[in-house]
Amino acid sequence: MTRPQWIRRVWKPAAFLLALLPFLLLAYQWYSDQLSANPIDDVTDTTGTWTLRFLMVTLAITPLRKVTGWNWLLQFRRMIGLFAFFSVALHFLTYIYLDQFFLWEEIAADVQKRPFITVGFASFILMIPLAMTSNDRITKWMGGKRWQQIHRLVYIVAIGGVIHYLWLVKADTQRPLTYGGILILLLGSRVWFFLKPRIAGRRRAAPAQDS
Amino acid sequence: MLLKRSDDIKSSEIAPESLYKNRRQFLKTAAVAAAGLASTSVFGVLSAESSPQNPQWKRPPASSFNTDEDLTPFKDATTYNNFYEFGTDKDDPYRNAQSFRVRPWKVAVEGEIRKPAVYNLEDLVKPYKLEDRVYRHRCVEGWSMVIPWLGFPIADLIRKMQPTSKAKFVEFTTLYDPIQMPGQKRPVLNWPYVEALRMDEAMHPLAIFATGLYGNELPNQNGAPLRTVIPWKYGFKGCKSIVKIRFVEKEPGTTWNISAPQEYGFYSNVNPDVDHPRWSQKFERRIGEFRKRRTLMFNGYADQVASLYTGMDLKQNF
Repeated sequence: MTRPQWIRRVWKPAAFLLALLPFLLLAYQWYSDQLSANPIDDVTDTTGTWTLRFLMVTLAITPLRKVTGWNWLLQFRRMIGLFAFFSVALHFLTYIYLDQFFLWEEIAADVQKRPFITVGFASFILMIPLAMTSNDRITKWMGGKRWQQIHRLVYIVAIGGVIHYLWLVKADTQRPLTYGGILILLLGSRVWFFLKPRIAGRRRAAPAQDS
Repeated sequence: MLLKRSDDIKSSEIAPESLYKNRRQFLKTAAVAAAGLASTSVFGVLSAESSPQNPQWKRPPASSFNTDEDLTPFKDATTYNNFYEFGTDKDDPYRNAQSFRVRPWKVAVEGEIRKPAVYNLEDLVKPYKLEDRVYRHRCVEGWSMVIPWLGFPIADLIRKMQPTSKAKFVEFTTLYDPIQMPGQKRPVLNWPYVEALRMDEAMHPLAIFATGLYGNELPNQNGAPLRTVIPWKYGFKGCKSIVKIRFVEKEPGTTWNISAPQEYGFYSNVNPDVDHPRWSQKFERRIGEFRKRRTLMFNGYADQVASLYTGMDLKQNF
């Protein structure tokens, strides 16, 4: 097999199954009664946490590719991004169905009055166009430039996701701040990769006259 | 003190749709319902009300001190709770408290009383007759349980200690021992944990010191060997693993109030009309049930305790 074939036939399916594991495990724990006394909270926590994790992984691909030169990483990004959406969709449905039991009035009040839900809800809504445009045909139809512009929304989504987590914990901010730290690194690296050639370019353009 | 008998609320009145008597059942019901195959008659009802450590134990008959609602199973009541001294996850107390040493245990009783002293726990509690108290327990986070505590009224101990006229509040302090309580290694809260009650609240016959649950000794993770239970307040007003009881004149600073004063007031009475700034307090999930239920004023103890707060604005004094 050629390298692209390996990726398509072996590595991608393997990554798919791996990414599915947390959800299979959750389903197994649910059916075998291994969740806590408050299983609905467990499902909410797990799907929320995995949304953040998948988002962080998708955001890690570009910096990792630039550092290592492993361009093949790019081929996994869409799948991981769609897993983030799968996870957030489950998270959202858990909230609507298991947590609020379709009490739309309560849900509307939550979205309006609870900042952590407002931010979480907005981030979820912003992920919908990203998921809808994660398809070869649509990407081609849109053109790469527009696709890229839309998909920059992921930065806002990730920031929103971390804030959502930070605002919902009672006192122990260790975990949300850890995600916040990782996100700062991932977004910071983009700033760095953007500025580095420009700084270097300016140095070359303006030789040491002032010193 | 005169105790008005309340018409005790029957669980059937609160949750007519309460078809879900235990967790396994509702999980399956939820899954089946989700799959569009809803059926309510498939699953039998298991008895979850026995005490695994004391087979002779039977729940007390319903009274104004004992609700007749379904008990939260022992396993759920002892593996899912907050006790940040052992970690901030709900199963951390159960995981990390097993080797916690509750003997010997000393309790200092001090402040505005006749004879301040340090007691061995056995000597401190010996004079009081332990009784079962089946109370609703409402966590500020929005979940609730029904727990059969074993304990005695705080009022009994207060009377014995003969507080002076300056004693307006009573303050409880949890042990500080980061070696045994690994959660205290991180400054999540201002350790040690301090809680307090106004004197008349502490004297109310519903307010108890608990030394056990389900007819047996208090498991470490539930606040052994001595904790307070104030059933009309949010759970965190109960102070666990108490080493100090202090009578004071001024309202003491309490741990969650210090941590986030705009979110956790000194009173923290269960009140469906006063939301936590970040979430609603109108509903609660009774552990083991599928649908949320409405939260009751003073956690269903309004008839007994509302008079403590006559004339107070409960939105201000939350």
